[in-house]
Amino acid sequence: MLNNCVIVTEPQGEGLAPVSFELATIARTIASKVTAVVFGVDASSVAASLANYGVTEIVSLGDTDGHLPAVMVADAMRDHIQSAQGTDVVLVAQSYTGRDVLGRLSVLLDAPVLTNAVGVREADGSLEVENLVFGGEKVVTSTISAPIRLIAVRPKSVAAEPAVAASEPQVQQVSPSADVKANRAVIVSSHVEERQGPKLDEAEVVVSGGRGLGSAENYRFIEELAGLLHGATGASRAIVDAGWVPYAYQVGQTGKTVKPNLYLAVGISGATQHMVGMKGAKNIIAINKDKDAPILQIADLGIVGDAQKLLPRLIEAVRQKAGA
Amino acid sequence: MKIAVCVKQISDPSEPQAIDPTTMRLTRGSKAILDDSDAYGVEIALRLAEAGGGGEVVLISMAPNQEVQGVRTGLAMGAASAVVVSDPLLAGADALTTAKVLASVVQRIGADFVIAATESTDGYTGTVPAQIAALLGWPALTFAKQIELRGSTLSIQRQTEDGYDVVEADLPAVVSVTAGVVEPRYPSFKGIMSAKSKPVEQLSVGDLGLSISIDEQVISVTDAQARAAGQIVEDDGTAEVEIMNYLTQIKVL
Repeated sequence: MLNNCVIVTEPQGEGLAPVSFELATIARTIASKVTAVVFGVDASSVAASLANYGVTEIVSLGDTDGHLPAVMVADAMRDHIQSAQGTDVVLVAQSYTGRDVLGRLSVLLDAPVLTNAVGVREADGSLEVENLVFGGEKVVTSTISAPIRLIAVRPKSVAAEPAVAASEPQVQQVSPSADVKANRAVIVSSHVEERQGPKLDEAEVVVSGGRGLGSAENYRFIEELAGLLHGATGASRAIVDAGWVPYAYQVGQTGKTVKPNLYLAVGISGATQHMVGMKGAKNIIAINKDKDAPILQIADLGIVGDAQKLLPRLIEAVRQKAGA
Repeated sequence: MKIAVCVKQISDPSEPQAIDPTTMRLTRGSKAILDDSDAYGVEIALRLAEAGGGGEVVLISMAPNQEVQGVRTGLAMGAASAVVVSDPLLAGADALTTAKVLASVVQRIGADFVIAATESTDGYTGTVPAQIAALLGWPALTFAKQIELRGSTLSIQRQTEDGYDVVEADLPAVVSVTAGVVEPRYPSFKGIMSAKSKPVEQLSVGDLGLSISIDEQVISVTDAQARAAGQIVEDDGTAEVEIMNYLTQIKVL
């Protein structure tokens, strides 16, 4: 076992993003102490939930005062890691903020990073980090020989599991002093792109659309079907780049990772970067005109057909069955 | 204003990809192309330079064997010049090493604005822009899906998990852009011809005064658990029945 693993939690609403507990779950398996860095949320209100996941220490940085968080968080982490000694590994989420924190911290500590991790194992004091390449076809296992290992873990790589017994973490309040010249990125306003139904990365059913829908207008079929199945709507990178739907809908390497009970891919060919984000679904149904589309190679049920013709019939059939 | 655009020259992703079992590194194809992700950065830089009336766009790239094929595409789009850093010492370079090289080039050319893609298509680490910013001591305005420059103030729409934030900072700064942010222009014939005579400075690690140590090793590459294809059905006008049966079977309906 390693000595101490620092995890960077992320705020979500009044609490913490689910990936925070996934990081704690991994941290417990590789280190005897787990330090959770908390920012943008009241540490006392999340201490109990972190204790359930075996966190042994909480470092609370308070509010980020309208700045992008990475500079403040990374600078405070450097100070904490250098003063407390004994930290062997840092885990962040493979998220927007996580990657920014990790990037800056790596410069401050002059330590390399490994990202896109889907597995982190401790073996005789060294860490083995797994990531998937070629759309999930191959697993690459890497090690870092630097004294501190900085790792970004893809959300949903492990299931968050509470510890056998809750810990009693000390909460340490820190007043961070971020580098003034670097900490100049100010958040002027925040905008939520509203969507119906459950959150994409937490939904049991995800219906995603791609280029095969033919037009942005036809995305309404995806929304309708997702609504009938109480699912979330997703999208391929191609239609996000084309401006049909917002970025928050994107599933894949550069978007969200989803692991629903059902993933229904409509008019998506299955580029490697998309596959990484949805291959973990329990059941996959794919509809694609091209019989050679890669997505049909991994679908439990693959339909070779025109999504634009099939979708309205499918929606009608589901509607009838649901009695709606 | 001098804008440095980080560009990566990668093997054509449409060709089969492989990892060399000896070096554990990605096998490079014969042809290097400008990473698609970077074409967006080049396009934005050109537009900002044009709008600002006289900004200069310099491409900066770390590549094996003095590679320039991909850089030429960016020059043909309209960038003024390029700097390419090649050195056997950089084989297998990790993201931090890459950032050190690129940040050092930014300082050398005196740019006050750096644009990069959020991640490359072949390595997709996703930390290099933030690392470059930290090395330079500048703010990192990352994951931008829209960029505006008002005087010396940058304003971006930065992706968030559920939408976007408007984030602002004065130059100097590093911006990372997501794909799809603009439509990259196609090089014109005139652009392609003029690119051949644009200056490309070739540098080594020694020229930059850097010392390189790479602290990451790949120890194995194995096949992931494959997901087998299931049932494939041609839609003869009744495929919805098959889907309905499947949905019932897995209790979604």
